[in-house]
Amino acid sequence: MSAQPPTEAGAPARENVPRASHRASVPLASRSGGILLHPVFWLTLVFAGLMIAVPLHGNNVALREDLILVAVAVILASNLNLMIGYTGYVNFGHIVFYGLGGYIGLYLATVRHWNLILAALTAGVSVSLLALGFGVGILRLRGAYFALATIGVLVAVNSFVANFDPFGRSEGMYVSFDAYAPLGGPMRALWITYFLVIAVMALSMILSLWIKKSKFGLGLFAIREDENAAVVLGINARVFKAIIYSVSAFLPAVAGTLMFYKNGMIDPSIAFEYMLSLEGIVMLMLGGQGTVVGAALGGGLYERLRSYLLTSPRLSNFHLVIAGGMLLLVVLFAPGGLIGWLYRLIPRARKVIE
Amino acid sequence: MFGMYLLFTALHINAYLLLLPIIAAGLIFGTLVYWTSVHWVIDRSQLSSLLSTFALNMIIIGAGTAIWSTSPYNVNFSVPGFTVGLYTFTGNHMAAAAAAVIIALALELFLYRTRPGRAIRAVADNREAAELMGISSTTVLALAFAIGIALAAASGALVSTLFPFTILSGGSYQLKSFVVTVLAGLGRPLGALAAGLLLGLLEGAVTPFIAVSWIPLIEFGLFVIVLIVFPKGIFSRATA
Amino acid sequence: MSTLLQVTGVSLRFGGLLAVSDVSFSIEHGEILGLIGPNGAGKTTLFNIVNGVYKVDKGQILFEGKDITNRPPNDVVHLGLSRTHQIVKPLNGMTVLENVTVGACFGRDYLGLHPARQAAMEVLEHVGLADRAETSARSLTIAGKKRLEVARALAARPKLLLLDEVLAGLNPTEIEQMIQIIRGIRQSGISVFMIEHVMQAIMNLSDRIVVLSFGQKLAEGLPEEVSHDPQVIEAYLGDPDIADKLLEDA
Repeated sequence: MSAQPPTEAGAPARENVPRASHRASVPLASRSGGILLHPVFWLTLVFAGLMIAVPLHGNNVALREDLILVAVAVILASNLNLMIGYTGYVNFGHIVFYGLGGYIGLYLATVRHWNLILAALTAGVSVSLLALGFGVGILRLRGAYFALATIGVLVAVNSFVANFDPFGRSEGMYVSFDAYAPLGGPMRALWITYFLVIAVMALSMILSLWIKKSKFGLGLFAIREDENAAVVLGINARVFKAIIYSVSAFLPAVAGTLMFYKNGMIDPSIAFEYMLSLEGIVMLMLGGQGTVVGAALGGGLYERLRSYLLTSPRLSNFHLVIAGGMLLLVVLFAPGGLIGWLYRLIPRARKVIE
Repeated sequence: MFGMYLLFTALHINAYLLLLPIIAAGLIFGTLVYWTSVHWVIDRSQLSSLLSTFALNMIIIGAGTAIWSTSPYNVNFSVPGFTVGLYTFTGNHMAAAAAAVIIALALELFLYRTRPGRAIRAVADNREAAELMGISSTTVLALAFAIGIALAAASGALVSTLFPFTILSGGSYQLKSFVVTVLAGLGRPLGALAAGLLLGLLEGAVTPFIAVSWIPLIEFGLFVIVLIVFPKGIFSRATA
Repeated sequence: MSTLLQVTGVSLRFGGLLAVSDVSFSIEHGEILGLIGPNGAGKTTLFNIVNGVYKVDKGQILFEGKDITNRPPNDVVHLGLSRTHQIVKPLNGMTVLENVTVGACFGRDYLGLHPARQAAMEVLEHVGLADRAETSARSLTIAGKKRLEVARALAARPKLLLLDEVLAGLNPTEIEQMIQIIRGIRQSGISVFMIEHVMQAIMNLSDRIVVLSFGQKLAEGLPEEVSHDPQVIEAYLGDPDIADKLLEDA
């Protein structure tokens, strides 16, 4: 492995020695026809439907609180999948979209008294546009350099927000109870935000599926396999990367608004937690990067494990050790994650479970 | 940092002498790290080796937090400084600077004047050709990794004499070291030294006027600008 | 016949090395132009220049009259210029069909996914890989990978195809098969610009040959002319009678 210069400028001068890429999912099933016929689409709807119906039925608040965390995990993992699994670019600062979206949306909803959904969507669009801006700068980097640059984005945004008056600098912002009045009071607001988060989760999965089966997705996977070859085949890698980086920011930002609104407060230390970014990667790798079901599975499973560890008296200190350990084991021995393992067990599953 | 703390509190010798065992321990630890996580994934995509090292990072931080929690620790050792006119030079800072320069010089000499150093550069340039020349690339990679970790350990140890630290202190240096690498380009330790100095000067020049919390943003901004203008780094020696 | 590709005075320097120096030539519609020369002469560099992977210091490249000098590779594909690589670059995690579909999707016609897949199957039949459409690209032999590389480039429906040592590493049977494929490419109206070291193949396939040595054009002309040129013989061929031995209709 030769010392790779960090940017594209250095790249064309080297012949890429063909290296054995780890066996991730094969991107396309031969099935044509829109995603509406795809089993994973229906699976998503059923999954989301259950998550709404079950807690609602018994007014089970405790279950709802558990499930909303699962939903957020799935949202983060699914959107991160677009960068890591589809395009092959590791985003270590993914949580910045969630946190910044939270800040912008919360500001609009509480300080400016905007409608919550409008605030969330605006936050999503703003963060996406900002991501486009950042992306243009850092996407010229390859591999590890890009990954470290994404940490830079996280740190830089954190630094900015911690000094930004309208966002409360390092104390952050609090939501007073009357901010929940437009939704009918705190109790109803909690349920409404829950439904919205589930909707965002379903959208994340459907978006992932749609992109994966599209021509754009094919281009992304080509970039992941061999970016130089992809460019020579006619793919404008720069534009594709910028678009997917920006797209991967949208739904997490929307979710950020909803979650921080629900939780009632935000400050830089909880909005931009670097460890959450890393855990997002663990979720994705665990479940199976490059697949829609894998991202969801990894998100759900890891989130449950995490909750269990954090509430257990003896193990709470070790949650990072366990997370890191799992990531290490997956990377070393099962880079395709759980779904990758399923594919090896039942090769025909590849066509159905994306 | 914790290595320095443990050794110092246990042994109470001149902290700077403890740098040597720390570097040695770093070498050993680095080799261990290489064999457990890096070796198996280095031939796979960059993604894999990146993730495995970060996984290790998580494990270490997790373990560190479990053992030492996140409260600050201190290494209470100082060497006397001196004053020249209006300027005071703190002894510890001078010693740390001197150590950094010595280490950078040593690394430069090692890479460019010794056989193992040349082997490292050869493998960095073209691994297969180096293997064909009879260089065991595995040994070289393990060595390079070990040196890298040893150097990180040394810098951590030096910083521990300057400021209070916690298990999470390494974090702020992540972005800085990255900016330095990009500024300097790949290949020359002295380039990295120069870039590091540049960054330090910049920080020093800026801090009296702006709150400390703006610094990561400025560093990042600088880093992006440098990338756009000098894609290969300012002092780069990376061959085409 | 009209000029498809016009290269004028291109030069490229890498640090202290003048890799390509004031090279000019042209390719007509429907012709096969061979590019030969010793290793390190700058042949692949020239390909990279035409293709847009490298930017030139000096010179101009016109494709069908349009200036494509220094345009990025993904642009020139849409104009009708495809290439293969000396060291093949299969998209390993994808199947053979998916690889070629990528070529069809992002080529000159910019096809949608479904028509691209059909076009890809057709191309696979032409190169003889149709029975391996669903196998992963990683599992092909070197001959298979070379054919995949050609198929992928063809799927972009190019007007000009750049082949970089497509015969290297193949055994005589495979070479013969590939030569047939190249002949078929020319018959379908696609012009070919090929780098080769296998002298028998390139002498018999090419309409004209350009010889490069140390970055400079040494000679240009019909295979018989070029192979009798004393400078070329000294720089590369070695054997003055090579043309007589290899050309099938001398």
